[in-house]
Amino acid sequence: MAIVAKSSRFSQFGRPVLAWGVGLMFFFPIFWMVLTSFKTDADAVKPEHLIWFTPTFENYLNMTENYDYWRFAKNSVITAVLATAFTLCVGIPCAYAMAFNPSRSTKDVLMWMLSTKMLPAAAVLYPMTFITKSAGLFDTHFLIILVLSLINLPIVVWMLFTYFKEIPKDIIEAGQMDGVNTWGEIKEILIPLAWGGIASTALLCFIFCWNEAYWTVRLTTTDAATLSKLIEGNRAPEGLFFGRLSAVSAAAVGPIVVLGWFCQKQLVQGLTFGAVK
Amino acid sequence: MGRIQLKNVTKSFGDVQVIPPLDLTIEDGEFAVFVGPSGCGKSTLLRMIAGLEDLTSGEIEIDGAIATQVPPAQRGLAMVFQSYALYPHMSVRKNIGFPLRMAKMAQPEIDQRVETAAKSLNLMDYLDRKPADLSGGQRQRVAIGRAIVREPAAFLFDEPLSNLDAALRVGMRLEIGELHERLQTTMIYVTHDQVEAMTMANKIVVLRAGVIEQVGSPLHLYHRPQNEFVAGFIGSPKMNFVTGTEAEKHGAATIGIRPEHTVVSMSKGSWKGRVGVAEHLGSDTFIHVHDTGVADMVTVRVSGDIAVKHGDTVYLTPQADQIHKFDAQGLRL
Repeated sequence: MAIVAKSSRFSQFGRPVLAWGVGLMFFFPIFWMVLTSFKTDADAVKPEHLIWFTPTFENYLNMTENYDYWRFAKNSVITAVLATAFTLCVGIPCAYAMAFNPSRSTKDVLMWMLSTKMLPAAAVLYPMTFITKSAGLFDTHFLIILVLSLINLPIVVWMLFTYFKEIPKDIIEAGQMDGVNTWGEIKEILIPLAWGGIASTALLCFIFCWNEAYWTVRLTTTDAATLSKLIEGNRAPEGLFFGRLSAVSAAAVGPIVVLGWFCQKQLVQGLTFGAVK
Repeated sequence: MGRIQLKNVTKSFGDVQVIPPLDLTIEDGEFAVFVGPSGCGKSTLLRMIAGLEDLTSGEIEIDGAIATQVPPAQRGLAMVFQSYALYPHMSVRKNIGFPLRMAKMAQPEIDQRVETAAKSLNLMDYLDRKPADLSGGQRQRVAIGRAIVREPAAFLFDEPLSNLDAALRVGMRLEIGELHERLQTTMIYVTHDQVEAMTMANKIVVLRAGVIEQVGSPLHLYHRPQNEFVAGFIGSPKMNFVTGTEAEKHGAATIGIRPEHTVVSMSKGSWKGRVGVAEHLGSDTFIHVHDTGVADMVTVRVSGDIAVKHGDTVYLTPQADQIHKFDAQGLRL
């Protein structure tokens, strides 16, 4: 009798159960948030109304009427889109240079770039606030776009570098023989070949920009305030209005959850640096 | 035109000099083959001619003009890579037409040239396919098509056949040979396979450790190898080398006898030995003879119908006029 590999009981039953368990655990807070967003602030804190309550749209109506949700949403879209675009414009040539014309210090540069992510943001809070205020940049779209770009640039360059490394150097060299210049190499060869990787990177960068809260909350007041600021603004001194807060939060994460849902494959590929294909 | 001259060219990677100062001229219309064991610098040399690798020192001239600092695309050379290096996101038509598009040629002319090239390479049925949907041989033809359309001053081939199976390799070898006959354009071809070198070249450049060991026509290299390395590298099966008193009889430190220049007899001859493995190829038989007392093993090539088997005793006699003599340094005497 031929010997064949047998799947264990765990991989047959245990693994799916575990996977669903972990999945539900991560999904529960989102579910709870959405549920709470349809409760009145009073119901939201009462345990007996955890599941059974009378749904109300009041929080959502309130949000668009009183808090100017759309202005915050517009700022979030503008800053996240432009920051992502800017990051890619800088990151693609940078990763291209390091992937195809590495120097002796390329590895060190990559490590150095990543090391900037290790700096605690709080450490530079005071100088950042001081400098931006005296430069007249405080609470401007320009500042937020710049900050979001800079904090995401290291990870974007790393991701793109990994994707570009997978492209055979021969193809780039064939392009050089065929008469493309550096810009042509990027436009005609690199971008079409690494399109999947660039898309995953852009998506992830966009999500990071959208979700960023530390700087967007502290470096804006009204003009450039994003949805993170709107959520933060619903922290009232007299206690949390959980219903209202949940509605605002749900409306803030909603677009990104929908986006993520439709781009699951690219996202997983991006987060695993292309390891899952 | 495509006369390529290397003058005092060197290449170092860090502290390691892979190509010591080297001079070489490839005349217009020649089919030059760089051959040598792996790591001998032949690919590096080709890439330096292409402009994909910088020179550490020296000059490269193409048709009399110094090209050392000229970027690859402006040198007027076309290259065919071992990995084919086709653009996977473009159809065959786009791949072949790409260099023309980069040269800003008008679309109708591009189409016409692509079709002409595709016809000559039997690619007409595949023009709208992507490289991934082609076989290895077809991909290599596309790569050649992409090189042809540019009407380059010279073609550079970097081991173009090593990813193909044996049968296809022979076919493509003939096709490249015919291409050269038809276009009469300079071709520089890198390979580690001496059979490719012998069958295709007008001029073989044998390299070892970045040094040119000998330059010459295939038959010149076969009949008059300048040193032991070339003697051993050119020819298949490999030349037999004999040292010691047998060599001294001929006034040499080493003598070399090609397998095909040895007479085999079952009854008498200069060296008595025992048959190890006899490889019957049909047309020929290669007999590997042990215990001759002159070398560990002597290989001889005889006609296909000889009936020898493992363990038989045979007598070998080298043909006196076909003995190559080398001094202690391995140089031809």
